[in-house]
Amino acid sequence: MGPVLADVLFVTALIGVLTLVHRPLGDYMAAVFQSTKHLRAERWIYRSVGADPDAEMRWPAYLRGVLFFSAVSVLFLYLLQRVQDKLPLSLGFKPISPDQAFNTAASFVSNTNWQSYSGEVAMSHVTQTMGLAVQNFVSAAVGIAVAVALVRGFARSRTGELGNFWADLVRCVIRILIPLSVVAAVVLIACGAIQNFGDIHHITTLTGQRQAISPGAVASQEAIKDIGTNGGGYFNANSAHPFENPNGFTNWLEIFLLLVIPFSLPRTFGKMVGSVKQGYAIVAAMGIIWFAGVLAVTWLEYAHPGTAAQLAGGAMEGKEQRFGEGNSSLFAVSTTMTSTGSVDAFHDSFSGLSGGVLLLGMMLGEIAPGGTGSGLYGMLIMAIIAVFIAGLMVGRTPEYLGKKIGAREMKLAACYILVTPSLVLIGAALAMALGKGQSSMTNVGAHGFSEVLYAYTSASNNNGSAFAGFGANTEYHNTMLGLCMLLGRFLPMVFVLALAGSLAEQKPIPVTAGTLRTEKPLFTGLLVGAILIITGLTFFPALALGPLAEGLA
Amino acid sequence: MNNSFVNFGRMTWAASRMLLVLTVVTGIVYPLLVTGIGQTAFRHKANGSIVEVDGKEAGSSLIGQSWNIKGTDKPDPKWFQPRPSNSDYDPLATGSNQLSASNPKLVKLVRDAKERVAEFNGVPQSEVPKDAVTGSASAIDPDISPKYADIQVGRVAKANGLPAAQVRKLVKDHTDGRVIGFMGEPRVNVLELNIALKGLVAKR
Repeated sequence: MGPVLADVLFVTALIGVLTLVHRPLGDYMAAVFQSTKHLRAERWIYRSVGADPDAEMRWPAYLRGVLFFSAVSVLFLYLLQRVQDKLPLSLGFKPISPDQAFNTAASFVSNTNWQSYSGEVAMSHVTQTMGLAVQNFVSAAVGIAVAVALVRGFARSRTGELGNFWADLVRCVIRILIPLSVVAAVVLIACGAIQNFGDIHHITTLTGQRQAISPGAVASQEAIKDIGTNGGGYFNANSAHPFENPNGFTNWLEIFLLLVIPFSLPRTFGKMVGSVKQGYAIVAAMGIIWFAGVLAVTWLEYAHPGTAAQLAGGAMEGKEQRFGEGNSSLFAVSTTMTSTGSVDAFHDSFSGLSGGVLLLGMMLGEIAPGGTGSGLYGMLIMAIIAVFIAGLMVGRTPEYLGKKIGAREMKLAACYILVTPSLVLIGAALAMALGKGQSSMTNVGAHGFSEVLYAYTSASNNNGSAFAGFGANTEYHNTMLGLCMLLGRFLPMVFVLALAGSLAEQKPIPVTAGTLRTEKPLFTGLLVGAILIITGLTFFPALALGPLAEGLA
Repeated sequence: MNNSFVNFGRMTWAASRMLLVLTVVTGIVYPLLVTGIGQTAFRHKANGSIVEVDGKEAGSSLIGQSWNIKGTDKPDPKWFQPRPSNSDYDPLATGSNQLSASNPKLVKLVRDAKERVAEFNGVPQSEVPKDAVTGSASAIDPDISPKYADIQVGRVAKANGLPAAQVRKLVKDHTDGRVIGFMGEPRVNVLELNIALKGLVAKR
């Protein structure tokens, strides 16, 4: 079978299985968040924490839950890294430096999973499983909880109540993330991913050389890394490492896992607002953008522009033989557009224009299909913007899902879409102006600038992938990128929850002949258009200086 | 003022307890459960797919190795050679060199690799495949393309005093197609191929 046919089957199988799974999974997730019953394990958790899972929260209370839980998480993860040498199973690793520990704590709590360290020589067993892997679960659950709160804002009327944060968090972990992760982790082990708490194991090769084989509870972390769109690799090479991603099938599985919740949540949304068609209009917009990205990057990587790739006869630099160009391209687009940020090939060595597409995927705001939860609420904000633009065109007060999009709602949506572009552009510009960007570059010229732009884009949008030639482990970048990750995660959540509260208080307005039908293909087209125009206007100048300059040179 | 301070403390305490409980569930129970299943059902794989030769551990079939002459940076003509590695196949330093296709440094690396591989194997440069001159992502890629294995057959056969046809058959037997026919790329696992080669040489 030729590579093109194989790639077509690979992506077809992916879309096919996602289509099959999104319905039961989306419906199940809706049932989880609408259920009035508590499992025994959950009751035990609520009792030991002293939380009342049935107490309804208004948006400030819900937000307080998110922020306090996340703040405590940052602090705990920071301390764990600082004392890891004193804990058992340390593998002899030193404590992480303060700036890097802050960066890593911010990174994993904000679901970014940017890594300025090398897992195999930095993080102990305890830090990995009780620190990093825990945040893989809970940061994903926090994202989904906030998305669910926004959906309740649309679904409910004449109340300010958005549900209970503790219940949403615990249910998401217990009923959704853990079951999926156990299954995925066992499949990964069956395919060769490792799962042990051993020491670094030294063997002597047939040529008489010594080689160190890394240990680790890899499969259990790999599963939630993908399912929770986290992306922080157990090892520096991330999903390119054969112990994380042993063969062509696990590669397919990992792409599937990182897409499955984001592409199923619109169904959950549709269920909860009482019209699955509304969910399909949203998922269609996500799918169109994702697929366009897949086509562009796959085509570019096979065409392999760039002197070195032309000379080599293909774009295999920074790619694994078992994955090749096609599957690596699909992984790259899926990971950047879901806010996952794991990599099975290094983006820095992708062609200039491919790198531009990957950057753009993040700059869209991680909404196609975006991270677990964050993708859905990001896309719903864009839907509000699209409705607003359509309202301006016909001179009607915009409405969405029976709720008026008034001045307060628009202000909150506008604040939301200003946060990450401000962080990206100011962060990258500041790094360049202070000379901190230049000193961290591996590559030269336009591509060097792309490395800096990519770093601040990835951090602010909570993606976590990198043009990894960028030397991120400096005090300046650890601190600044850490701040970008925290602000890029939690400021938008403030606006989303405030918006949810405001929507939930409204009384519903009836559908009339003049209502924009937001479940129709026309709206999907309008939504895609609005996304591209807003992102394009914001980021085109920066893209022109980096990937476009390199790609068109 | 006093009231909000109490609230702050109460929320912090509640959040801390929640984190603690979820750490027990997702950070202790979950990984131990998965480890238990993995170590029971897939012990060999869960521990790194270690392969033994003559009763001695010779590496992991998933982790690529250097096949240079010991203590040098020269490839040993007796063995099939892997792809270029950014860390000389050190699993404690995974990751690629991160050079872009437009970078003159990478152009030079590729050009040099092409010359070296062509000369080492006695084939024209036009026959050197892309994986032979580009560094992998992990720096410990266990595989090469069937084509790269193919151009090494003549050299390996000569260095070991084996008929080329026999070595070529060995490569064919150790070539894996795409998983389920369409996932990933065809490949040859270098360690497994070289272990089989060692067996062939011993029987000679």
